[in-house]
Amino acid sequence: MSSPRESTDDFAAAISTALGGRNVEGLSRLSGGASRETWRFEADGEALIIQRQRSGDTRDMEVEASVLRAADTAGVPVPRLIASGRFDEGARYMIQSWVDGETIARKILRDDVYSTARRSLVGQFATALAAVHSIPIDDVAGLPTNDQVAQYRQSLDDLDAQLDQSHPAFELAFRWLDRNRPSSARRAVVHGDFRLGNVMVGPEGLRAVLDWELAHIGDPMEDLGWLCVRAWRFGSELPVAGLGTYDALLSGYRAATGSPADPDALRWWEVLGTLKWGIMCMLQASAHLLGFSRSHELAAIGRRVCENEYDIMLALEGRWSSLGVS
Amino acid sequence: MTNEQSPHDVPTAAQLVESVREWLQSDVLTSTTGRVQFHSRVAINVLAMVERELTVGARQTIDHAARLAELGLASDAELAAGIRAGVFDDRIEAVVSAVRSAVVDKLAVANPTYMRPDDQSS
Repeated sequence: MSSPRESTDDFAAAISTALGGRNVEGLSRLSGGASRETWRFEADGEALIIQRQRSGDTRDMEVEASVLRAADTAGVPVPRLIASGRFDEGARYMIQSWVDGETIARKILRDDVYSTARRSLVGQFATALAAVHSIPIDDVAGLPTNDQVAQYRQSLDDLDAQLDQSHPAFELAFRWLDRNRPSSARRAVVHGDFRLGNVMVGPEGLRAVLDWELAHIGDPMEDLGWLCVRAWRFGSELPVAGLGTYDALLSGYRAATGSPADPDALRWWEVLGTLKWGIMCMLQASAHLLGFSRSHELAAIGRRVCENEYDIMLALEGRWSSLGVS
Repeated sequence: MTNEQSPHDVPTAAQLVESVREWLQSDVLTSTTGRVQFHSRVAINVLAMVERELTVGARQTIDHAARLAELGLASDAELAAGIRAGVFDDRIEAVVSAVRSAVVDKLAVANPTYMRPDDQSS
């Protein structure tokens, strides 16, 4: 797709065409990850962002666009989808309204300006997640339905083989997860990466849920458990996003859905989420070790794997009897 | 450690790494900003980790071998495969205890303050 030398003017012209000839100005790049880049601009004075997919990204951005549309309809606070499609040269794009605010977790958790937001965010997260999980599954075609345990089992096997490593603590976690799987899993549209960093926050609280590219069909408790993984507490003692208690999250979620939310299921998904993050740390270290991206920062992340092993051992303390006769 | 059998002069490997870390802290961190400063901070953390491993790593290797031997095993690969196959399910507490001790050793090098105070002192 885009060559590095492609002029910003050509890109602005392509965006203008996608928007039916609106006047595009002030195009500036916000971020460029491995799979997509994000730009901000104004169309006839309206602040918008565009995300453009790189050729290596195999996910279908049209699916993400349809999730965003369905989430909006379901009452989830999200940026408004303005347009989506494919440029002439083949790259997929999504254009959304610009939502002002803060995404950096440490600022939201510590800066005085967000003290009011900190008191309301857990309740707002519970309500927003209940709305996400109310999206009719049939309204969004093409979402993956992979079993998370099977998917990360395969990832760990691949990484352990590539790096010539073994992780007994992770094997214990998989064994425990296998024996204690929640029984009555509801199937719903799941955001897949709901946490500080992926939500836009203002001084008054939650403004928009962002970053829907990992959305899939799964157990709704997955989103609640992921929100409680220690990495997403950013150093705070409070279990839910570093902001509140399990009870606050579960009671807010129960109030919004009108149905029970099982604390044991939440815990199960938190353990799986911790395991997932540990495996993702291995993946980042492997990018350095296998030479895809040499960096001491990525190398150092390899030594964060054991933080997740430790959290798993703490979470499962006194809960091993389901594996044996002890 | 076993420095008396080493042919090298002082500084030891740990002292050499320490000297570079101190230079990063005193000079580089204070004269950089943004991305380079962030990466300097990462580098300081990495070197501190290496210093800890040079200090306690040899002892930890001996301790880990002893833990595995007590379970009748020679490697983490055997331990992992055994847990996966369920062969330890009837003595899971002993295996959990060994795995937990190994994880505490890993964190004692990687990031000691991540642990609860009682694990930091163990």
